[in-house]
Amino acid sequence: MNLRATLALLGALALALFVVGEARRHAAATPARRRFFRHRPAAWGLFVLSFFVTLAIAAPWVAPYGPSVTLEIVTLKNQPPSLLHPLGTDLYSRDVWSRLVYGSRVSLSIGALAMLVAVTVGAVVGAVAGYVRRWVDTALMRLVDVGLAVPRIFLMLMAIALWQRLPLALFVLLIGLTGWFGTSRLVRAEVLTLRERDFVAAARGLGAGPARIILRHVLPNVAAPIIVSAALGIGNVMLLEAGLSFLGIGVPPPLPSWGNMIADGAAQLATAPWTTLFPGLAIALVVMALNAVGDALRDALDPRREAEWDTDGATL
Amino acid sequence: MTELLLRVRDLRTYFVTEQGRGTARAVDGVSFDLHAGETLGIVGESGCGKTVTSLSLLRLIPEPPGHILPGSFIELEGRNLLTLAPKALRAIRGNEMAMIFQEPMTSLNPVFTVGDQIAEAAIVHQGLSRRAARARAIEMLKLVGLPDPETRVDHYPHQLSGGMRQRVMIAMALVCGPKVLIADEPTTALDVTIQAQILELLNRLQDELGMAVILITHDLGIVAGTVDRVLVMYAGQVVESAPTPELFARPLHPYTEGLLASVPRLDTPHPRRRLHSIPGQVPAATAWPAGCRFHPRCPYAWDRCTVEEPPLLDAGKGEPASHVVRCWLLAEPARRTRQP
Repeated sequence: MNLRATLALLGALALALFVVGEARRHAAATPARRRFFRHRPAAWGLFVLSFFVTLAIAAPWVAPYGPSVTLEIVTLKNQPPSLLHPLGTDLYSRDVWSRLVYGSRVSLSIGALAMLVAVTVGAVVGAVAGYVRRWVDTALMRLVDVGLAVPRIFLMLMAIALWQRLPLALFVLLIGLTGWFGTSRLVRAEVLTLRERDFVAAARGLGAGPARIILRHVLPNVAAPIIVSAALGIGNVMLLEAGLSFLGIGVPPPLPSWGNMIADGAAQLATAPWTTLFPGLAIALVVMALNAVGDALRDALDPRREAEWDTDGATL
Repeated sequence: MTELLLRVRDLRTYFVTEQGRGTARAVDGVSFDLHAGETLGIVGESGCGKTVTSLSLLRLIPEPPGHILPGSFIELEGRNLLTLAPKALRAIRGNEMAMIFQEPMTSLNPVFTVGDQIAEAAIVHQGLSRRAARARAIEMLKLVGLPDPETRVDHYPHQLSGGMRQRVMIAMALVCGPKVLIADEPTTALDVTIQAQILELLNRLQDELGMAVILITHDLGIVAGTVDRVLVMYAGQVVESAPTPELFARPLHPYTEGLLASVPRLDTPHPRRRLHSIPGQVPAATAWPAGCRFHPRCPYAWDRCTVEEPPLLDAGKGEPASHVVRCWLLAEPARRTRQP
């Protein structure tokens, strides 16, 4: 590992620490932010996430080599971790650290983009079903039932069978379009109570149409549960991506994702465990961080939790 | 009389109850006229159909379970609101006919600033730009007497008190300069001093803007001070309608009589007497009594009242049909013997 990469890595760590520090410094400002940090793992989660996001953005500086550069296929393959290659090298003599860094780009963006698709579709479907009711609600919710009943993995396998090799954009879209069912249920339930609220009636009385009411008066009031489900959902999507890439139907090599790095290394688990260990660790860390942040967000965005936490705080 | 704005004829709004346990006839044949600049009061107990009447005027009844019966007729300046397409109807709501809701605490959207919410109607109906709408919102806040409107415009509902929120609601309703303002118990959620301020404000704005107001309330004190003409509702029907001074001086329907007797007064001869109350309560809207709907609670009721439903009878004072009463006592005045 050269000097530039080391400095960049230290920079990334420092930046992540700075983000957490800043967030903590502002935490006293509102009750919501106080509740967020009262969740102990939340600060760690935030740190891990900001670290990996920084890595992903600054990949060309942090990674000493390109993602698929084979250094010396004979002498440098399956090298254990050393100063030069902090996470070792893989079967094709590629630097595992570099691949891990570039892989964070792929894995994180697949997680975020697929979740964006899922949350958007889920929120719109849920809001329409809940607001319009009648047959629209029935039709959409039966569709959701079907979607929840069919295992996602089979849909993926079917897509692979149809198209052989899936372009990355289509892969992301497919994950997103099979992942909105839960969100739509959640949003619908919230909308059902919201639509009976006085301010929705008031908006109708002022001449607002259904689209305006859904977009301006209903959805912003469901933001909190949507954000929470998105934060928890990204972790799920990343696990799914890893699983599918491991099966060889996700991200096509040589493009590194944490999932296909594990797949590449699986054959020599006994001789070169570092090729699978580190990407696996990265997945575990990020998913745990997302869950911690998601849980903390749920507490932070739900004012009803306040009392509960206060009593907890007293006994601690 | 001045220009006729709103003509309501035989308005019937029914609700189909769940499991087919009958139809609730919440509003059952209400008719009235509203002229420009006039204030009409609609009074009655809870469950008399006041709110359903006002919601029906804007066609805000949730359908299903509610529906307005085909024979009904609501005409705003010559346009029948009951046959209007949804889009044309939305162009009227908030623009020509606006409504102030009962609950200032819950009728504002918690996630937007009050300025945004006032501006919304102006943007929807008048196509104002965001900047112009914001300026308009500040202007409206000034008009309704909210102190420091330039800062208040960026506040969220939870940062305002109940009285302030009610002023914001009024600003929202008035932003497009409606011809008809429906105020559904605008002061019930407020304490008495604020109540007086809000009513004063409504009066002042009505004079300034020249709109007609329909004031729905169960508080006869409010009616006495602010209203030109009163519609007393009972069991989904109008039971008495008269100019305010006439109604207070000469209440003819036993229900109106009872309501007036129930108002606590400082100048009664027997201040320590128990406050009068009308026995019983409004029956369920699914099963109005046969005959006169008030007869089970009426101190004068005789056998005719239990079988024959009285029409609106002219009390014959002043202009024709200016004081009408739905009571057989008008046909047989000798039966008015016992004072309630």
